[in-house]
Amino acid sequence: MKRAQIPVGFIPLVDAAPLIVAQEMGFAAEEGLDLLLKRAPSWSSLRDMLAFGQVDAAHMLAPVPVAAAMGLGNTGGPLSVMSVLSVNGTVIGISAALADRMRHQGHDFAFADARAAGHALIEAAPDRLRIAVPFPFSMHAELLYYWLSALGFPAPQSIDIRTVPPSLMADALRAGDVDAFCVGEPWGSIVVEHGLGALLLPGAAIWSFAPEKVLAVRTPWLTQEAPLAHRLIRAVWRAGKWLASAESRLLAAELLAREPYLSLPPEIIDRALSGGLTVTPQGLQRDVPGFLRFHLGDASYPWTSQAQWIAHQLAIRTGLDRAAALRAAAPVFRDDLYRGALGDLCPQLPQHPQRVEGRDSSNLATRAHPAPDNRFFDGQIFDPQRPQR
Amino acid sequence: MAEPLSVILVESDPDRAAQVSESLRAAGDYRLHVIADPTRLARQIRSLNPDVVLIDLENPSRDMMEELTLASGPLERPVAMFVDQSGEGLSTAAIEAGVSAYVVDGMQPARLKPILDATIARFNMVHRMRTELAETKRALEERKVIDRAKGMIMKARGITEEEAYALMRKTAMDKNKRMADVAQALVTAAELLS
Repeated sequence: MKRAQIPVGFIPLVDAAPLIVAQEMGFAAEEGLDLLLKRAPSWSSLRDMLAFGQVDAAHMLAPVPVAAAMGLGNTGGPLSVMSVLSVNGTVIGISAALADRMRHQGHDFAFADARAAGHALIEAAPDRLRIAVPFPFSMHAELLYYWLSALGFPAPQSIDIRTVPPSLMADALRAGDVDAFCVGEPWGSIVVEHGLGALLLPGAAIWSFAPEKVLAVRTPWLTQEAPLAHRLIRAVWRAGKWLASAESRLLAAELLAREPYLSLPPEIIDRALSGGLTVTPQGLQRDVPGFLRFHLGDASYPWTSQAQWIAHQLAIRTGLDRAAALRAAAPVFRDDLYRGALGDLCPQLPQHPQRVEGRDSSNLATRAHPAPDNRFFDGQIFDPQRPQR
Repeated sequence: MAEPLSVILVESDPDRAAQVSESLRAAGDYRLHVIADPTRLARQIRSLNPDVVLIDLENPSRDMMEELTLASGPLERPVAMFVDQSGEGLSTAAIEAGVSAYVVDGMQPARLKPILDATIARFNMVHRMRTELAETKRALEERKVIDRAKGMIMKARGITEEEAYALMRKTAMDKNKRMADVAQALVTAAELLS
């Protein structure tokens, strides 16, 4: 039987793994699919490749389809999210100069406590802190705003958030253009490896269950190609499950390291997969449980409350109507498609696609159905029925 | 007569920049400014305040343009990626050629069309030339390595040139590898052992 071909775009990042593994390990073939993986040079290019039909599905920053639904940013049409590709997996880092200052002020680089690290950063920061994020619509930007404003740092007035593509993060630090950054792995580790800076926190320390990348498609494509969409969700889900197993780690790092995927040493890639990061050029090691999740705890389930959290944050920042933003965002994350495609593979899917984000549900976990914690560092919750802040 | 449109081209390759500016001069009266160094792109563009920005799709700095779509002050003019409203598939053609255009919000597609047409044509041509050049270089490079490996085999085994070549070709076929790869492996191994 001839397999159906789907062109799929990705950005060279560790969290593109479910798509690469789906193709390389034969999960796509099991579903009768052949993924034609195309590496894109930037998020805006990838969004346009998707909008204009060069690819039919894409590895995408979770806020991009939500922003599009709210009419923010450039868009060639509505996008839908079929599943979450990865939860967490970003790092916040600082320039070598700022790291030195923080060390002298007694910061321990524990890489876990967002409150302590945040206060230490604010104390050591120059008047106007310049922070790089890969894209204006990204969890990187949202987590930074959330973190710094919860600590009383008047973001965005006193910080200067700039766009720097992941692969150019090290160059921006070298040129002295930025003081700090938030980026997906392995680009934070590359900065450390070049001795240009240190890692301060994993993104997970701000929100321990942040939807990072999603599997996005053009909304009209879904109506034309519903059966293909189904098979793609299944193939990617199986890849995520494979990635969640500890035995897969070595091979996964080797696969991702190859040309034309990341073209970087597997050792650097393994850091994000294992959660064992080197946080300073001097070699300080830190282990982060749940640093990057592909599967555990229904990581790939597209919660509408996740889309709504993003919409809420974007609305606050851009001054748009919050209720309207929440209404526009909810239908972007397609739990119905996910459920339809995976009903037989995983019978214990969440009953209701909306939950209170930040409410720790680990007490509800069972052995068969582990629930990783879902917490904001400041203990706040986000209830889409009663949004505050 | 309207003011000539001001156009920025973000392009670090001076050849391509020259080619595009030549085509634009032929297409109409435009004020063209080339940005070769994309560091702090958003800032540079803000200070030049252009009507149109053209940027290579392959340039990762393109993401910095997206900042400008969120105009933060009342005096700043928001920009938008040019999305085809002319119904001529111009955006798709541009993306296929590898160029993206950002315009001041609300600009008439008709005013942009000649600019894009000229740029797309140049981008396509330069792209073809680059592919040809890269292929030629690679072929030359491979022939050099194959010749070197052939010489090594002739010396080591005391065989003729044709025999050495045939031996390498057979090995490549047996191992299911390209002949250039077999040759490269031999050359690398010889360097390690010498």
